Amino acid sequence: MKDKILSIVENYERDPGRLMDILLDVQKAFGCVSCEAIGLIASELKISEVDVVQTRSFYHFFTKEPVGKYAVYLNNSVVSGFFGMKEVADEFEKQTGIKFGQKTADGLISLHYTACIGMSDQEPAALINSVVFTELNREKVRKIVADMREGKAVEAMFSQYGDGVNAHPLVKSMVKNNIRKTGKVTLGEYTPGKGLAKALNMESKAIIQEVKDSNLRGRGGAGFPTGMKWDFCARENDSKYVLCNADEGEPGTFKDRVLLTERAAMMFEGMTIAGYAIGAKEGVLYLRQEYVYLKNYVENVLVELRNKNLLGKNILGKGFDFDIRVQFGAGAYVCGEESALIESAEGKRGEPRNRPPFPVQKGYKNKPTIVNNVETYCSAVKIIENGAAWYKAMGTTESAGTKLLSISGDCKNPGVYEIEWGMTIAEMLEMVGATDVQAVQVAGPSGICIPPAQFNRKIAIEDLPTGGSMIVIGKNRDLLKDVVLNFMEFFEDESCGSCVTCRSFNMILRKQIEKVVEGHGIKTDIENMTAWSEIIRKTTRCGLGQTSSNPITTTIKNFRELYDKRVKDVDYQSDFDMHKAVAESCEVVGRIPNIHE
Amino acid sequence: MSKAIVATASLAGCFGCHMSILDIDDRILKLIELVEFNKSPIDDIKTFTKQCDVGIIEGGCCNSENVEVLKQFRKNCKILISLGECAIMGGLPAMRNGIPVKECLEEAYLGGPTVGLNSEKIIPNDDELPMILDKVYPLHEIVKIDYYLPGCPPRADLIWNAVVALLTGDTMNLPYELVKFD
Ligand SMILES: Cc1cc2nc3c(=O)[nH]c(=O)nc-3n(C[C@H](O)[C@H](O)[C@H](O)COP(=O)(O)O)c2cc1C
Ligand code: SF4
Repeated sequence: MKDKILSIVENYERDPGRLMDILLDVQKAFGCVSCEAIGLIASELKISEVDVVQTRSFYHFFTKEPVGKYAVYLNNSVVSGFFGMKEVADEFEKQTGIKFGQKTADGLISLHYTACIGMSDQEPAALINSVVFTELNREKVRKIVADMREGKAVEAMFSQYGDGVNAHPLVKSMVKNNIRKTGKVTLGEYTPGKGLAKALNMESKAIIQEVKDSNLRGRGGAGFPTGMKWDFCARENDSKYVLCNADEGEPGTFKDRVLLTERAAMMFEGMTIAGYAIGAKEGVLYLRQEYVYLKNYVENVLVELRNKNLLGKNILGKGFDFDIRVQFGAGAYVCGEESALIESAEGKRGEPRNRPPFPVQKGYKNKPTIVNNVETYCSAVKIIENGAAWYKAMGTTESAGTKLLSISGDCKNPGVYEIEWGMTIAEMLEMVGATDVQAVQVAGPSGICIPPAQFNRKIAIEDLPTGGSMIVIGKNRDLLKDVVLNFMEFFEDESCGSCVTCRSFNMILRKQIEKVVEGHGIKTDIENMTAWSEIIRKTTRCGLGQTSSNPITTTIKNFRELYDKRVKDVDYQSDFDMHKAVAESCEVVGRIPNIHE
Repeated sequence: MSKAIVATASLAGCFGCHMSILDIDDRILKLIELVEFNKSPIDDIKTFTKQCDVGIIEGGCCNSENVEVLKQFRKNCKILISLGECAIMGGLPAMRNGIPVKECLEEAYLGGPTVGLNSEKIIPNDDELPMILDKVYPLHEIVKIDYYLPGCPPRADLIWNAVVALLTGDTMNLPYELVKFD
């Protein structure tokens, strides 16, 4: 063990800033990051054991105990639930004889749940030893478990690959792109290097001006003006970094997956242009662990770009140096928050930072840093190529250009659609072939749940902003149980725990909605949930806590009758039962309960 | 204005909250002008002799007697206030909530380092004794509570401001220092 760990640590030049990579390699090599391993890593990196434990304990895919030789991580997100996750889980349990959260006695198989893995258009999906399995059903599970018993390599368990780059020799994945509609920007025609060549002939200030003029706003969800962000960073006087946010953790989002698959070069080109514009020499792509099946491919794209002199030293002979490395996450939704992402990329727990200072002032390694979404960088390439006016002609006045939507749930054609901002929800539903719709969850759990009466609203930053997640919820679904409760479980799990109210109220809210779903709720519970949601929103540090109560508040607002139907019309009710409460102690001391009511 | 009638009790608490009530210093003279005490350790009245306006309770419920007293308070008081950490959340006594009752009792009476004199190895079981609950409950899980005053103990000024506001109907004065605990 010692030798292996030593060689892993040396691979990363004993840099504590690369602790994430080190732990990922150790987890892969030993199936866990044991206490012994922690001690070795700490002494080799000359940091305290606690620092290593902190990082290990934060992420979902690091485990203290060894996982099975085959570690199954089944997605338990809402959409997976819609399409048979329960049966798939049940079949896994039947075939293996263990429950989720357990490992077979021979150490062969372990079963785990995990949050959305970015496959909402092909659920139920699971990761088995990091390999993606989609559209699972009982039959497929039986075959998979039988293959495991035979000791088959996970990659050899299937031979049908998805379309496009998914079938590339470096990917060989069954994932499908499901690109249903291409537009002019991110999924339109693309000639590698064209935008960059043009950019390197421009003044860096002129690039920022062009991006500003285009009105491009961040595609990660918050919609911050990209040109302004670049400008703030460019003004700082220090070495700088360009970070790309490919954490894509918002349940129901999978458009970055498609861009990473089909437009990886474009994304890197956008980062390079940004690097030139702000004066940075290094970039980091922060890629979620769930997409590790794209690792070899994406890293190869970087090699090819270097070979073509589109990356590396003296790019296109213009004297500009810029290079990019890939940083993997290890399973934590909050790492999509830009400052948590930076912490994570530095090898630490993914806990959001206090602001100010903002990342453009003090970001990665405490240097000025821009963090942008994959789609934002891709869009920037086209803006430079075709000009701000061309871009602004698409979309609405406030939301320029096109947007990729990841549409999933109860519709005929789930997948990725490049649309111009401004489309109404009704138009969208028609486009995807959705009828009998009860609600649409716009922008994922942290977004809002809207009823049919609001389907004339526009998908645009000024009306219904979204990072891309659109979940169609059919009339046959139990909105509170199948959707709201699931979302609250998600937030409860994913809170980083720094803020007291986020840590505790998400759990309390989950319990409260569970109580309502189970039919034990009372009128006061609804009022309490509303009041407590307000408290979390106002007292938390990052966007997670500020939006985590949205599943509850937006359904109380838009679907109040679903709550009223389920709760008793009383102000107070106690679940306390004296007989039950004293039974155990009376038995221990040997007396008969004497209860006077 | 006739005097409001107030009752108080300490259940599974340490009497620290009651000490904090006394900590209002000379305002206690004003308090006596404002209120009349009924069942309370302050005047040692053991049972309710009339309907009260306000009940103030410190401590959570760890045994059957706590529950009975709490229910009496609910019956006899128009307004109930949960006073302090233990009443609101269970507090220190609730640290046992993660441990099975059996283990707690065995540690306390059979196995712990201070049980040398219990040579007969008896866990008290007289019928007169209150029965231990499976866990320590905050008050609001057993009866409806109208107001909560947090703190361990809540500061004297907080208690004073709250009681005066309640009795006079004025807005409560809640400066940040009164509810800031770290
Ligand atoms: C809890 C949380 C999760 C987030 N997840 C992502 C994500 O997965 N991808 C992303 O691009 N932005 C995510 N964001 C938004 C980022 O903080 C940040 O605004 C974004 O990366 C900026 O890039 P943009 O301006 O190009 O959108 C998240 C924010 C929060 C609060
Ligand atoms: S709001 Fe929640 S996720 Fe965000 S920093 Fe606070 S505890 Fe962490």
